[in-house]
Amino acid sequence: MNNVLGIIFSNMHEQSVSELTANRCMGSIPMGGRYRLIDFPLSNLANSGVEQVGVVTKSNYQSLMDHLGSGRPWDLSRKNRGLSILPPFGNADAGMYRGRVEALAGIMGYIQHSGATEVLASDCDVMANMDYTGFVRAHRESGAEITVMYKKVDLPEGGEKECSAFRLGDDGSVQDMLINPQLPGRQNVYMNIFIANREFLERTVADCHSRGKTSFDKDVLQAGIGRHKIYSYEFDGYISRFNSMHSYYQANMALLDTGVRVALFPRQRPVYTKIRDEAPVRYGLESKVTNSLLADGCVIEGEVENSVLFRGVRVGKDAKVKNCILMQSTQVGARSNLECVISDKDVIIRDERVIVGFDTYPVYIAKGSSV
Amino acid sequence: MNIKKHCVAMILAGGQGSRLYALTQGIAKPAVPFGGKYRIIDFPLSNCINSGIDTVGVLTQYQPLELNEYIGNGGPWDLDRASGGVFVLPPYQKSSGSDWYTGTANAIYQNLRFIDRYDPDYVVILSGDHIYKMDYSKMLEFHKKKDADCTIAVLEVSREEASRFGIMSALEDGKIYEFEEKPKEPKSLLASMGIYIFSTGVLRKYLQADEEDPASSKDFGKNIIPAMLAAGSSLYAYPYTGYWKDVGTIGSLWEANMDLLDPSVPLDLGSSELRIYGRNTAHPPQYVGPAAQIQNSIIPEGAVVDGMVDFAVLFGDVKVAKDAVVRDSIVFPGTVIESGAVVEYSIIAENCVIGAGAKIGSRPEDTMDKENWGIAVIGNNVKVGAGATVPAKVIVDKDIQGVAEI
Repeated sequence: MNNVLGIIFSNMHEQSVSELTANRCMGSIPMGGRYRLIDFPLSNLANSGVEQVGVVTKSNYQSLMDHLGSGRPWDLSRKNRGLSILPPFGNADAGMYRGRVEALAGIMGYIQHSGATEVLASDCDVMANMDYTGFVRAHRESGAEITVMYKKVDLPEGGEKECSAFRLGDDGSVQDMLINPQLPGRQNVYMNIFIANREFLERTVADCHSRGKTSFDKDVLQAGIGRHKIYSYEFDGYISRFNSMHSYYQANMALLDTGVRVALFPRQRPVYTKIRDEAPVRYGLESKVTNSLLADGCVIEGEVENSVLFRGVRVGKDAKVKNCILMQSTQVGARSNLECVISDKDVIIRDERVIVGFDTYPVYIAKGSSV
Repeated sequence: MNIKKHCVAMILAGGQGSRLYALTQGIAKPAVPFGGKYRIIDFPLSNCINSGIDTVGVLTQYQPLELNEYIGNGGPWDLDRASGGVFVLPPYQKSSGSDWYTGTANAIYQNLRFIDRYDPDYVVILSGDHIYKMDYSKMLEFHKKKDADCTIAVLEVSREEASRFGIMSALEDGKIYEFEEKPKEPKSLLASMGIYIFSTGVLRKYLQADEEDPASSKDFGKNIIPAMLAAGSSLYAYPYTGYWKDVGTIGSLWEANMDLLDPSVPLDLGSSELRIYGRNTAHPPQYVGPAAQIQNSIIPEGAVVDGMVDFAVLFGDVKVAKDAVVRDSIVFPGTVIESGAVVEYSIIAENCVIGAGAKIGSRPEDTMDKENWGIAVIGNNVKVGAGATVPAKVIVDKDIQGVAEI
């Protein structure tokens, strides 16, 4: 896997969860108590033996840079190769990009210098624990120029936002690609993860870029069907995809299921994240916690049920928290009552407040607010 | 040539910790887990970096493998430095022969060359088995202000405890005029915490003299400090008022963990002031199951609890099954407490399995023979069979079925 360069697009799909991305990029959305979305693709790359990863950023990337640092938690702080953060305006020709083609064109020097034979690219909208070695092997064995990863997903009536689906030949070749299809039922849904031969990618991106084409999905993949060798690879493990506030809420709640946690956090392929050196969770005299996920640094004196609590959350005496996602350093005052609430970082809920949402429409409280 | 350092710290981490019995089989005492996610050595290492000391020698000789691996390049404590950082210093062979560390003073003596490489003005000498948060820079300021040869941190203890410590008698300004090691009739209540700051030249002089004395047991408390007092050196007692505990015994290790659950004890691991750092493992958040009942406890990421946990300190990767009970106990990483097991007043070491319905330890109030009550201990990697019983105070270091013998 030394010959594979990992590229992570940290800004794609931000408009689908605009509340969460008001002050941060997609990759730094908090997830699952102690993670950020980028931890999943980045850990997958590291655990698959990829030693060189470039993270493409666009805007709002301060929290992402703070999170990634030198890449040490992912063991990507290396003398040779390792993690690179690739902001726009990285060189004289690269400005603000509008889509993957321009983004890739802007970092083409970095890609060329990597010496990699293949480039494996991922967005940050899928939470999964993937071993990419099978994906890379399948790509090499098929002799494809580009291989896209899909999963069979049951789409709801009217389709889904931010979704592409493939029609495949018997040999796994891509025959058709539908962007935002209005097709309900079981579809081969694109995971926004592809692997491409580096030289092919260089040529194709340069070609599209010179013609003013900006969409990788439309101008490279869709337009390439029939012209290039485009194959597919099925991922059949557990995934969560984020394309709305509701799916974000559900993805967190799904972690309360033991089977989901086993699939996402296998012992041999841990998900790494920034280390914060918080103390372990402290349970007080009257605490009552059931069916919940808690990260270090929490102090619990009240009741917590069916909830995901991020680092440093405090729940006061006689407070009740049910079906909630409380991000880092949320403080819940004494005798408050929260149900179906998503609180962003540093939210303060004062004593005796009552906030109730519904599981299909959770109440979102913006970062740093005080209730 | 290294860049000169103002102050270098040396941590004595070589002790076998034989009074921790099964808990230190295979690992050095400073590598013993503490407080839910830490190891004992995290406390002096974190105190060093929080005090602005970036060059630290850790002197080891007993079972150093885990401690070496744990310390690694020092990154978790921000001690991976271009100049300085943390170094593990085991005994080594010299052209004149090789020696194990024969005492605390001898261990430092054998590493004078390490100290000299940084040409420090001051050397801080610490113990690797004490739990406390302290800013050594304040103590160093005190040392400089008093123009002392050696400053010793002291804690006021009760008269009953005093006979377990080295006791200092000091004048009002802190100047020490008498030192007694574990006195039967203490003349003062100022106990040495085993934290010394020496001006480097003085340290070298007394270590060399002590090394040449064949009658010496090469110990700071027994030899170096008395020799300095006898020679009229200026020794000062630096008063410390926070939490401090020597965790050299099963009882004190258990108590120090339980102290973390007591809000009135002034050791807050959650506060960002003098934060304690440790090597983190990539555990997912802890999961608390639908049947769990947890109160008054400390539980870190990676634990899975569906049973009853009260007044307990659990570590990462611990599993407490539904209908299991853990009370007044400490459970080290990787241990599984199966359904129906009851663990009370116990320390369960790493990677154990406590079988279904097993009973480990007992409450003092439930014990007939009060004389023989104590903390039960299960050593590393032990499997306790389903329904087995381990009475209070018993230490088990092999797999057992049935009832463990005392």
